[in-house]
Amino acid sequence: MPYGPHTAADRAKMLGALGLSSIDQLFDDIPVALRASRLDLPDPEPELELAARLSALAARNRIDLASFLGAGVYRHWSPPAVDQILLRGEWYTAYTPYQPEISQGTLQSIYEYESLLAELVDLDVVSASHYDGAAATAEAALMTCRANRRERVLVSRGVHPHYRETLRTYFSGGLQLDEIPLVADGEAAGTTDLAALERMLAEPDRPVAGVIAAQPDFLGLLEPMPAIGELAHAAGALFVAVIEPVGLSVLAPPGAYGADIAAGEGQPLGIAPQYGGPYLGILATTDSLVRQIPGRLVGLTTDLDGQRAFVMTMRAREQDIRRDKAASNICTNQALLALAASVYLATIGPHGLRDVAALGAARAAELEVALAGAGAPRIHPGPYLNEFAVRVPDARLVHRRLLDRGILAGLVLADVEPDDPSLADGLLVCTTEVTTPQEIERFAEALAEILDGRPPTAVEAGAGPDRGTLAGSVR
Amino acid sequence: MSVTGTRLQPTIFELGRPGRGGGKIPHPPKDALDRIPASARRTTPPGLPEMNEPDVVRHYVNLSQLNYAVDTGFYPLGSCTMKFNPKLNEWAARLPGFANLHPLAPDAAAQGTLQMLFELEGALAEISGMRAVSLQPAAGAQGELTGILMVRAYHRARGDTGRDQVLVPDSSHGTNPATASMAGYTTVTIPSAEDGGVDLDAFRAALGPRTAAVMITNPSTLGLFEARIGELLDAVHAVGALAYMDGANLNAILGRFKPGEAGFDVMHFNVHKTFSTPHGGGGPGAGPVGVGETLLPYLPEPRVLREPDGSFRLERIGERPTSIGRMRSYAGNTGVLVRAYAYIRAHGGSGLREGSDDAVLAANYLKHRLAGAYDIPFDRPCKHEFIAAASTLKKETGVRTLDVAKRLIDKGYHPPTIYFPLIVDEAMLIEPTETESVETLDAFADALIEIAREARETPSLVLEAPHETPVRRLDEAAAARQPNLRWRPMSGAQTPCPD
Repeated sequence: MPYGPHTAADRAKMLGALGLSSIDQLFDDIPVALRASRLDLPDPEPELELAARLSALAARNRIDLASFLGAGVYRHWSPPAVDQILLRGEWYTAYTPYQPEISQGTLQSIYEYESLLAELVDLDVVSASHYDGAAATAEAALMTCRANRRERVLVSRGVHPHYRETLRTYFSGGLQLDEIPLVADGEAAGTTDLAALERMLAEPDRPVAGVIAAQPDFLGLLEPMPAIGELAHAAGALFVAVIEPVGLSVLAPPGAYGADIAAGEGQPLGIAPQYGGPYLGILATTDSLVRQIPGRLVGLTTDLDGQRAFVMTMRAREQDIRRDKAASNICTNQALLALAASVYLATIGPHGLRDVAALGAARAAELEVALAGAGAPRIHPGPYLNEFAVRVPDARLVHRRLLDRGILAGLVLADVEPDDPSLADGLLVCTTEVTTPQEIERFAEALAEILDGRPPTAVEAGAGPDRGTLAGSVR
Repeated sequence: MSVTGTRLQPTIFELGRPGRGGGKIPHPPKDALDRIPASARRTTPPGLPEMNEPDVVRHYVNLSQLNYAVDTGFYPLGSCTMKFNPKLNEWAARLPGFANLHPLAPDAAAQGTLQMLFELEGALAEISGMRAVSLQPAAGAQGELTGILMVRAYHRARGDTGRDQVLVPDSSHGTNPATASMAGYTTVTIPSAEDGGVDLDAFRAALGPRTAAVMITNPSTLGLFEARIGELLDAVHAVGALAYMDGANLNAILGRFKPGEAGFDVMHFNVHKTFSTPHGGGGPGAGPVGVGETLLPYLPEPRVLREPDGSFRLERIGERPTSIGRMRSYAGNTGVLVRAYAYIRAHGGSGLREGSDDAVLAANYLKHRLAGAYDIPFDRPCKHEFIAAASTLKKETGVRTLDVAKRLIDKGYHPPTIYFPLIVDEAMLIEPTETESVETLDAFADALIEIAREARETPSLVLEAPHETPVRRLDEAAAARQPNLRWRPMSGAQTPCPD
């Protein structure tokens, strides 16, 4: 036992006090017929060898690529102060602040997180955190159903496909989910189809609880959020905005365009990509919906002496109090990542955050020009912040060949939106402040070479999505 | 002396001064945002504090010192398994190859992480006796929802649509009934028997053609192994329902009981309990789910697959149409799962079993030490945790469990879980874990015994506790009545947007 303290004498002392001769006797209550077969796992591994194993596994991942991949998770500069604060045991080895007298650090940090994010989204109430952007969006959708006692939610196809799939799963218990199509062509191509939304909201006997749209949308495009909100409200539905927090330093916040709920992924606020999590589900709403918001909330109050202090509050919404009547089953959340976001925001500051967003946008404009010059023009004409889709013949094959050259050319859109023919040749690419002009140049040059070369053969092009092999030859 | 630091801190909003900070990000070109239409632009900047890095660091270091944590002391919070969080695991999760890997990186670029996930799935399947495991759920409660939605998909696929109830014992975690509601079921609560186990007669009476699933925590939240588990599982399956095991208390039974072998159809793991990933002040965790053959087709997507050539890949969208779908974005809380993987490797099969043995021994020893000073409502061998109660103490002195808990803080300890489970009067649920020494257990027992004596001799000492903390008991009623959930200087609104 690598971390246990007990010596043979310790165990003997405890067993002696209990009048037992063997620990096995403490398991006599497990019916004989149901006792476990032998635990067939490898032998314990000494720390030195385990460290080598872990290093070798990590080294098998390729993180040396010039990456243009975003699609909901973004590489940003995270000041080392963020992780060094997170590594303090007082933060990461504490649990939920059930005892406020000895948890004021965690409680105040959550209150500060709620307040910092409230500034970003311009709404009144922010929950202490949810699992990720997808789960937060699903909780937002469920909130709309509880709030106005309707059972149908409309989600734009401009919302991240993983979020839409998560919504479908969460709604499989009996609620209805319909997808609002995107505009097919013209200036607004790739954004939510307002005419279709209006029709869906007007369907007789199918009242809508909430309408969900993302800013920017999954394709990087800027959505007409005020118009979507107005249509939703006119039909008595609530409006849920899926947000990206760094962009909110320069884009209008949900509170400014009348959104009732904001949900989104907090990963860009200083949190490493780490192949999917842990991230930070942001969920925010207005004072009028505060009783509907799920998850922990920390509030400011006083102690017996009138000193300012922080405490978990409005707990009658939560599962440990209300059980089957709770607003959600959430218990464990992502508190440590909320702390990371707070330290990031405090360290980078409001001007720094704006610079992060603006520099990412500037690099994206450079990338757009460079890729168009290499033969990969944008698919959609509308404005974007730092992510956009380009059209590349044989996108999947080209993506693979670029990988061979050390370039991660964004996301093959057909892999995540297989049902949308307009994206069949699409790559979704993004830049942030960490993207360098040299990387952009390398990407464009390599792409031009590949596109200028011989057309791919049928074998190289492959029949299906990426099968995890570096098929195709390096030119 | 206070067990935490005592210096309360101003909020970060009070510390900021316009003009501080900077030096992190290169300045963008002036025209960087010209392409963004005015209608989509922010007109009022967010009122975020402007600070220099030294002040930020000092603020968060000072705040951290107001916390009690496993790294600072004994944390016997029942049902939460606050064991030591190995430092190797923190190091491992931060290896650049793990930390900097994008979740949509092509499989070919993610072989190390995919192999780790694949091996972890296999290890959890072996530990639980389940057929297969999905690592996707982000926390135990999401694992529960995953499991119950799979149950729903199973019944639906069989055309068995009349099942609208989920049975839970009255000792269950609140997440169980809340999960059932989220999945569209109504909850039927089953009372506990005198001995703390599920009341078998009441259980059988509630089972029927409307039962979709039964959610059982074993060992239960009373720290007791459900001795009639075989009969319970037989009864569940006899009516065509499925059995869900809440794995919150798995730390008691590693290598001793495999839920899948015993007949459970589905369970979740709390890797932040059993497998030592840190609790983070409330999260993150991870809540993998294991299933038997019955629910195998319904596992959430994507699963991690091994190809014939030995390479690994994620399942593609729609590859397995029977799946319930996604529970969240991307593969899962992979950074947490790296830590769990390291823990399992460090212990091996023998070490995991030894850990459970020591956790159970420690709990029984501590229970033995407290008998006499507190009520021990279930006087038989417990598993990794046990109930002690202050009901007699309250009758005799007016001192309640809450007061005992607060007095424990003065003695240097984090209190146990209190008033849970709901079915025991004045309950304290105490879980020492396997990483606490016998000296710590003895000192903690001495402290609790002393508090019982103080309750009789100088009750005010206990009733007014804690005395040594940076803040005293809080006005929770006022906090809920007039919630203040946000700092509101609204400085941004007073400052015109610079551009």
